[in-house]
Amino acid sequence: MLGKLSWSAIPIHEPIPLITSVVMIVVILGVLGLITFKGWWPYLWREWITSVDHKRIGVMYCLLGIVMLIRGFADAIMMRSHQALAINAAGYLPPEHYNQIFSAHGTIMIFFAAMPLVIGVMNFVTPLQLGVRDVAFPTLNSVSFWLTASGALLVNLSLFIGEFARTGWLPYPPLSEATYSPGVGVDYYLWAVQISGIGTLMTGVNFVTTVLKMRCPGMGYFSMPMFCWTTLAASLLIVAVFPILTATLAMLSLDRFFGWHYFSNDLGGNPMMFWNLIWAWGHPEVYILVLPAFGIFSEIFSTFSGKPLFGYRSMVAATLFICLVSLMVWLHHFFTMGSGPAVNTAFGISTSIIAVGTGVKIFNWIFTMYGGRVRFSVPMLWSLGFIFTFVIGGMTGVLLAVPPADFVLHNSMFLVAHFHNVIVGGVVFALFAGIHYWFPKAFGFRLHEGWGKAAFWCAFIGFWVTFAPLYVLGLEGMTRRLQHVEIEAWRPMLYLSVVGVVILIAGVVCQITQLVVSIVRRDALRDLTGDPWDGRSLEWATPSPAPFFNFATLPDVAGEEAYWGIKLQAIESQQLAPEPRYADIEMPVNSPVGFYTAFFATVVGFSLVWQIWWLAILGLAAAYAGFVVFAWRDIHEVHVPAEEVARVDRARRAAREALLQRLAHQGATP
Amino acid sequence: MSRPAPRLLSLAAAGGLSGCTGVLAPTGPVGADIATILIDATLIMLAVIVPTLLLAGWTAWRYRASNTRAPYLPYWSYSGRIEAVVWAIPILVIIFLGGVIWIGSYKLDPFRPLDSKTPALEVQAVALDWKWLFIYPQQGVATVNQLVVPAGTPIHFSITSASVFNVFFIPRLGSMIYAMPGMVAQLHLQADHPTELWGVSAQFSGDGFSDMKFNVSSLPRDQFDRWVQQVSGPTLDEAAFKNLRRQSRMGTAAYGSVDPKLFDAIAKQKLGPAPGPELENSGREASAGWSL
Repeated sequence: MLGKLSWSAIPIHEPIPLITSVVMIVVILGVLGLITFKGWWPYLWREWITSVDHKRIGVMYCLLGIVMLIRGFADAIMMRSHQALAINAAGYLPPEHYNQIFSAHGTIMIFFAAMPLVIGVMNFVTPLQLGVRDVAFPTLNSVSFWLTASGALLVNLSLFIGEFARTGWLPYPPLSEATYSPGVGVDYYLWAVQISGIGTLMTGVNFVTTVLKMRCPGMGYFSMPMFCWTTLAASLLIVAVFPILTATLAMLSLDRFFGWHYFSNDLGGNPMMFWNLIWAWGHPEVYILVLPAFGIFSEIFSTFSGKPLFGYRSMVAATLFICLVSLMVWLHHFFTMGSGPAVNTAFGISTSIIAVGTGVKIFNWIFTMYGGRVRFSVPMLWSLGFIFTFVIGGMTGVLLAVPPADFVLHNSMFLVAHFHNVIVGGVVFALFAGIHYWFPKAFGFRLHEGWGKAAFWCAFIGFWVTFAPLYVLGLEGMTRRLQHVEIEAWRPMLYLSVVGVVILIAGVVCQITQLVVSIVRRDALRDLTGDPWDGRSLEWATPSPAPFFNFATLPDVAGEEAYWGIKLQAIESQQLAPEPRYADIEMPVNSPVGFYTAFFATVVGFSLVWQIWWLAILGLAAAYAGFVVFAWRDIHEVHVPAEEVARVDRARRAAREALLQRLAHQGATP
Repeated sequence: MSRPAPRLLSLAAAGGLSGCTGVLAPTGPVGADIATILIDATLIMLAVIVPTLLLAGWTAWRYRASNTRAPYLPYWSYSGRIEAVVWAIPILVIIFLGGVIWIGSYKLDPFRPLDSKTPALEVQAVALDWKWLFIYPQQGVATVNQLVVPAGTPIHFSITSASVFNVFFIPRLGSMIYAMPGMVAQLHLQADHPTELWGVSAQFSGDGFSDMKFNVSSLPRDQFDRWVQQVSGPTLDEAAFKNLRRQSRMGTAAYGSVDPKLFDAIAKQKLGPAPGPELENSGREASAGWSL
């Protein structure tokens, strides 16, 4: 009846997962209880859960990403501290638990922290920058989000029902085959990633369509903000490679469930095929993360230098170049499989060629600052910290792309330090910068600068104190994923790394304090103008927080920096553009189909993990029924009357008028 | 066969004293070449990166908003000359590094025999869950978790796995390579001097992965020959191997004689796949052989 599921799946005898589970359940019940007690459910349901507004969905993606980032960071704290305590000692995590933790850490950080945050920022920013009212397929967007959340839920469920994968964040066969991993851990991984992967693929389709088809009048491809270009590039990569991931994991599932032989040792299976396929997805995946991060930095360097982005067309070229070449480098993840010198040379060179694209970008950001008036606000600090960190990470990356060097550094702590160097220094720094930058647009008030700066310095210093020792350990021959070590000489560096983690914890505390302080002092931090940073792209043309329809009338723009042009004109003529004729707006109507589908997707995932076949079929049928009902609905748009639009826009115009007068009073910026 | 997990105390002590355990302290020709490439490639890149970072820091500081003496160029966003330089610098670096990659990949191909007048010693290495089996086909002996080699002699490793993927890696000798079931990888290494080293698996392979360490003794030729004479123990045949390949952690062991067809049978998977862990209870794997 319940497949493999029984009471013994709950880790009663293992204190660490048990305590964690209990704490998590208490926290979740507490939050749900608070919402019920305060009577917030109708509001949450109406305004957030069923929302198809790209901004709301973007915020929910970011919230999910931040929660999972903290969960993944907790895993990281355990890994670093355990390893420091396991030098000629047992440490406190037995291997079967330690292995789950590093597997969960990687899976969570990539799929459920970095991806939701990147997609969240893409969701929030792209339509605003394009000057449109929503993405191409708003309801699909909601489905995407809830499927991602469903995957995240499954990963967390594995903590107290069964176990998570012990195979690393990429479940390499033959280790992940049923013979060597008979438990449900790998199945949890497979279905969590499959379900969220479908969501990500739909996001890719959505954003390719949005950028290609939904720009405001006057906005050609070469007048899109840089961030929109990187959204397009990342979405193209999603569409190109996520199907590979889905197919690969499906094949592994078939191996595990039905004893097929795609990747098994025997009967014609080929495990190496899995490595090729998974990295054909996996390497472009890091560019799916880092290209939007580059886009965020491009916006910030330009805004906070008070100048247009230097070499805009070069930047576009470099972005598309990286997008293309990233599809041709996957083999560098296993130079040491003995592919032969010709293959290794080809992939080594193609890998290092990517550094040309990123090198150009670094130089262009520097020249964006050249001749500017650089304001060292929090987003700019993250951006400068990024340049320093990412350049070093890029250097060690190119080093690893040299096959003979990789022959001694593959799978070492040097590699671990390298990819954290580029993903933390590139993607995470970008997301923190971006959240600080766009926060006022989402919530109407700025984040506190002082706590933001403290958070930056803790993260920046903490990062280097954590990971510089790992570079040294890698050069000393320490491989990754060791549950215990015997080399006394590694002790100082392992301890130093823990010191770095403590500094990073201080950074996290600063971030949380920053949020709390900002909420408490939100009236003092209120952004009344809608343009708190002297911005250059269209999102700053809207009031903060942006109304759900974004723009009262679609802007008609010219030139590379749409809003900058509008602003200059207003300053020069000392008046706003004449009030437009307001008309009714049609906006997509909210829909519970995303939440509903994801609920049943979770049921399907859970029942597949435990092989409760009848429930899986039932869940699938229910999810499908949701789509049928959705497809047959009669009302799919809601009218916003012209008066309402006019009311919102007149308030915006009044605020702009005040800003204009203040600027005239100060002596206008050029 | 299964003894308490090896502590490798002597190695730890040696590592602690010398401080140089790693890939930048090579003790063989392969490792030395790789260390040279590592250092060269780093220097090539630092030659560009250090000025770039200085330029970034200088630009940000010089053009800070509060510095009124710096000119403000609000519309300056294109310069053909700078663009050309900006593309040229990374391209030149990568062309240069591309040469290092190309030459290095061929010269240090793990499958390529080393240039040496001394005939190579054959060693067949098998990755097992979770220990290393070394078969000396020319000498007819075998060891577990202990590799003994003559100093100054090239060693030709033929490497396979009986279960999952592992990576054969002795940091101070140089190149690593995957041990994969159904396949035989070739690796040529050499230890120049008599010394004590250690090797590991560099690819995660399950719960006992951290214990997949092995001692490496590089001995003078005459001592190596004496060691071969001294190796004693049971015969390693199919039955003994099937016992050995079960999941376990163990210390060192030795076999006085070896079935000469055994390695071939393992590599061609004639013995079937090695067993995995038992399921402890609902969906949770047993912690095979875990002991402190």
